[in-house]
Parts: sequence; C-alpha cells; structure tokens
Amino acid sequence: MADTVVTSWGRVLRAPHPVLGMASRHAPLPAPPQGSPHLLAFGNGRSYGDSCLNIGGGLLDMRQLDRMISFDPASGVLACESGVLLDQILQLVVPQGWFLAVTPGTRFVTVGGAIANDVHGKNHHRNGTFGRHVECFELLRSTGERLLCSPTEHADLFSATIGGLGLTGVVSWARLRLQRIASPWIQNETIRFRSLDQFFELCLASDRDYEYTVAWIDCTSGGKQLGRGLFMRGNHAPAAAAPAAHRTRVRRFPFVPPVSLVNRPSLLAFNTLYYHRQTGERRHSVEHYSKFFYPLDGMLDWNKMYGPRGFYQYQCVIPLPQGRAATAELLRAIADSGLGSFLAVLKLCGDLPSPGMLSFPRSGVSLALDFPNSGPRLHALFERLDAIVNAAGGRLYPAKDGRMSGAMFRDGYPAWQPFLDHIDPGCSSSFWRRVMA
Amino acid sequence: MKKILIVGAASAIAEAAARRFALAGDHLFLVARKPEQLEAVAADLRTRGAAAVHTYVMDANDFDAHPAMLDAAQRAMGGLDTALLAHGTLSDQPACERDVALAMSEIRTNALSSISLMTHLANRFEQQRHGTIAVISSVAGDRGRQSNYVYGSAKAMLTAFASGLRQRLFKSGVAVLTIKPGFVATAMTAHLSLPAKLTASADAVAADIVRAIDQRKDVIYTLWFWRVIMGIICALPEALFKKTNI
Repeated sequence: MADTVVTSWGRVLRAPHPVLGMASRHAPLPAPPQGSPHLLAFGNGRSYGDSCLNIGGGLLDMRQLDRMISFDPASGVLACESGVLLDQILQLVVPQGWFLAVTPGTRFVTVGGAIANDVHGKNHHRNGTFGRHVECFELLRSTGERLLCSPTEHADLFSATIGGLGLTGVVSWARLRLQRIASPWIQNETIRFRSLDQFFELCLASDRDYEYTVAWIDCTSGGKQLGRGLFMRGNHAPAAAAPAAHRTRVRRFPFVPPVSLVNRPSLLAFNTLYYHRQTGERRHSVEHYSKFFYPLDGMLDWNKMYGPRGFYQYQCVIPLPQGRAATAELLRAIADSGLGSFLAVLKLCGDLPSPGMLSFPRSGVSLALDFPNSGPRLHALFERLDAIVNAAGGRLYPAKDGRMSGAMFRDGYPAWQPFLDHIDPGCSSSFWRRVMA
Repeated sequence: MKKILIVGAASAIAEAAARRFALAGDHLFLVARKPEQLEAVAADLRTRGAAAVHTYVMDANDFDAHPAMLDAAQRAMGGLDTALLAHGTLSDQPACERDVALAMSEIRTNALSSISLMTHLANRFEQQRHGTIAVISSVAGDRGRQSNYVYGSAKAMLTAFASGLRQRLFKSGVAVLTIKPGFVATAMTAHLSLPAKLTASADAVAADIVRAIDQRKDVIYTLWFWRVIMGIICALPEALFKKTNI
C-alpha cells in the first residue's frame, strides 16, 4: 500500500505516512502497517505542528467514523463517532436549538481531535474546555481492549485521554452535552482599545455578563501603542434578533503563492486598516454564529496564503498576575522583531479546571499568534518568547506547537510523568518523540 | 416523501446517498449483511432526520430471500417507490483467473443477485405503474479490460439488463437508472492506489445519484468526466486495444 504525503495545518512539516482506515466503530483497531511500530489517529489535520503527524510510523484515518449515534433534542445529549466534524454537529443541532458548549476557532475539527487537544474557545471563562462537556467515550487500545471512559469509569484514562494528543489509544465514539440556544445569532459588541491595560479592564468589565470574549491584537504596534486592538464580546441572541438578510459564502484560497503573502509591508498595512475598521469606538452588531465563531472558516485553505514554507503558530498561556507584564514583554519582543501576522488573539482564560492531564488552558492570559516560516530569525524570536513564558510560569499549546523544546514542554506540563503510565505502546506521534527526547 | 429501499446499505456510496435521503425526510428500508454495521448506519440516519428507518439483514446472494425482503419493505413503509441496488464486491482479478469457482461467485454477487432483485422489482413496479429502480453498475462494464474483466463483465451484464428493462418499463412510467461510477474512495477500494485527481468521494457520487433519481435520468457517469474517458476508451478499435495495457 503506497504511502500518502501528509502535512499539518501549518504546512511546515510534510512526510509520507502509511495511512490505514477504519470504517466501522465495532471493528478492532487495525495492526500498525508493516514496518511501522506505532499508529496515530488522524482527524482533520487542523493541528498546526507535528502533534497530528507520526513520521516513521503509521496514521489511522478516522474520517470514515463520521456517523451520528443518537441525539436527544430534549436534553441536548449527542452521541457520535469520533470522526464527526464539529461543523456536522452544528448543522444537525443548531436548527433544533442547541449549540456546542465549547467550540474552538474552527468548526472543521473532529470530535476526536477536540478531545485529544481539549480545545477551548471564547467562552473559556464561562464553560471551560471541551473535555468538561464530554460525558464519556469509548477508547480502543492496541491490546484489543475497548474501554468506556468517563469521570467515574476508568477515570484516570479519561483524564489522560482528554488533551492526551491521541497517545492513549483511539477514541471511537463519544457522548457530548450541548447547550441550549434561542437562535443561531450572536449579539456582538466590538470595542477599540489602546493598550494592554485597557484590554484587562475590558475583560474584568465583560466576563460576568458576556459569554464570549476575545481580542484581536495588533502585534506590529510597539511603544506607546503596544497592545492596541479590538475587543469582542458577545452572547447568544434571542430569536427575535435575526437581521434582515444573511448569506454564508465560503470561498477557497485557490493556490499556494510562491512567497508568503504575509510579510512586513502587508502586515503593517493590514493591521492599521483593521484596527481602524470601525469608525466608532464601540460597534454593535448581530452576526450569524458562523461569522462570529469561525471567521477564518469562510476561506477554506487560508493557510496557503503563507506560501510554500508554511507558518508556525505560537500560543501560550501565562497565569496572572505576572501574565500582565509577561504579555507586554512578549508583545514588545514581537513588535521589535518585525515578524508576525495579522492573526493575533488575546484571551483571558477563566478558573474552571481542565479535566485533562495535559490540557493546555489554565487561568491566565493566552496569546496566540501566527508567524510565516521565515527561518532562523523566527526561531531566535521563539527562543526569546519561550524564555519569557517559562520565567512567568506559563506554557505552550501542543496543538499549535511545532518546535518547543522538551524542557519547555516538561516545565509547562508537570503531569507528563503520571501521563506516561497511560500511553498506549501502540501509539506515538512526532510531537511526543520530540518533547520526550 | 419517498419510500426508498437500499440494498447494500452499509456500503460507502449507499450510506452517503441514504444521508441525503434522510435530510430530505424520506422513509428508508435498509438491507445489508452485517447487523451491527446496519444498525450503526440506521442510527445515524434516524438522527439526521429520516422519517423512519427500517433495517433488514439479508445476503444479496440468497436469491430465495428476495421476495420476502421486498414484501417486508412494502409492508414496513406502506409501499415502495424507489430501489437503490448498491451491494457488490471488488473482485480480485488474478485470483479469479486461477479459480473458476471464485470467478463464478463474483459474477453471481455482482450481476446475478441484482438481476434477481431487478426482476422482482420490475414486476411489482410495472403493476403499480410508478417507481424508480436505480442500480450501481460501473465504468468497468463499458469495456472489458485485462485488469478487471471478471468484475467488468458482471457490470456489463447489469448495464445491458438495465437497458432492456428501461425500455420495457418506460411504457409503465417506471424509471430505470444505471449508475456508472469511476474511481471512488471507499472501503472497497482502500487497498488500491487510485490517482487522487480522478477519485471521487462517496458523497460526491451520492450527490450525483440523488440528483439523477430526482431528475429521472437514464444513465449517469459519476463523476461526469468518466463519460468522456470511457468514450475514448471504447472508441479504440479492438485490434489496437488488445495490444495496450489500458
């Protein structure tokens, strides 16, 4: 069977992998292909770095396990196979008055991927991570065991698998708790702010009354304008709020340009225009959930705009109170470097504990930034950022990472040691081998 | 709201088509060999909005069971207006060349079982003077090629049978649709290395099938460009074709 070249969302690492399939959730796990010592479940490949790759081993394509199992429109409990995309869930449940309790910034990830990375979203301060709303799942191990895991059954394996990056086995199906909504619309307020201090004030003022809060930040502005951006806060709207007309248009980025379209001049131009995109300091709008939660999903393959060299994403979370100063330091380092992208997101994460041993989100401030893959200067910047994050007691997000050192990972995730006991010897990933080296 | 019978319901193309029917709120009667798989497919379709989903375990090669199955379908749904025959196996050509019994059984599965079902369905639909019989044949049936002629000849039989049936049933207002897929990425072809640009997803093929049933088409190639490809392949004179490795 021929290998398939597989890459992740950042399009930096690409390598041929033997890819196996799984058509039935009742079937046993296939044995790793000849010559591959281990397998890794692969969903929709939206991880940015190498956490979804297994160079030297095999991949198990989970996308065929995309069946719904049951949905109770009275209680909002949905059971489905792990290859179902969050988008497919929304298409089914939104018309019936339900929504995901937690959604990341793209709806094109699988349920298995959402569990493996314990994803979070703009409502982390209200609902915590995805794993908090998973009632149970079935985990298939390479020994042939099929284990039903929940907070009360195989609880240690449950917490190892959430955020466990596919290393504990393969999730075949899961049962989720959804949340009730009155309409597919979001009432959004966008507020322009001039400084990081203003950002934190807005968080304090908003987190109680607004379910969804996040900020876009201008990573090019330094000096007095350090930390300027747009703060977005929103809630699910009542049914009556529907605007007159709504059109969902999905485009596809047509080709890979020969160089990254994201470069210093385009970045400066875009960021200045974007920061000033609204005339007033505050703007109210009613938006469809697809526009509010998934602005980038409107352009399929947007990752191609970074050109053939691809891009890295850097996402960290730093606890407060040191997070305030550390974020300013990070932004200063990024602005000084001249590197960066228009996709820069700042979010205050809340106190709700994450259920996974290796879950990324924790109480504190999270900064996420894309960087075109421009070579050694970028990696030097990353080392600087790592030092800032590490000194402030923060950590990086494996789902986004393609280059952090083993030491950085182990410092950020002290639970890595007890996690070792739950790893399935038949599973491994390029990410894991890198951070455990 | 249509009342649809699907044989081979656990196969990838059938399941994708069934999902589209379910979204339209149709009534479904699913037939497959493996009960667990069948139930998984049924549960999925019920969740997605099918008016009702019935399941029936049957091996298509059990010809004696065909009338009882059709009776059950008509009873369960209060009638029957559409039948989609989607079962089949991808024959191992080299093995069939060595083993006559295997070749015979492949032809039984891929041609004769469908012919039995179509015969029963034709008589029932002719009497009720309405309905659509849709059968999944293959581009492989357009011309026998050395790489897969056991499968191809079975499909060629299906295509010719459906063609004659179409002519006979036209007078009764019953449509017969011959579906000819090219390369499709499914469990059946998972072990093959198909050229990516020519290979369709099961859902893309299902979309073509559902549209063709709605529009009462006669013969479709899915994806569309296979009509062009097979046109060229079939136009080659035999004296030339036999020397190639196509």
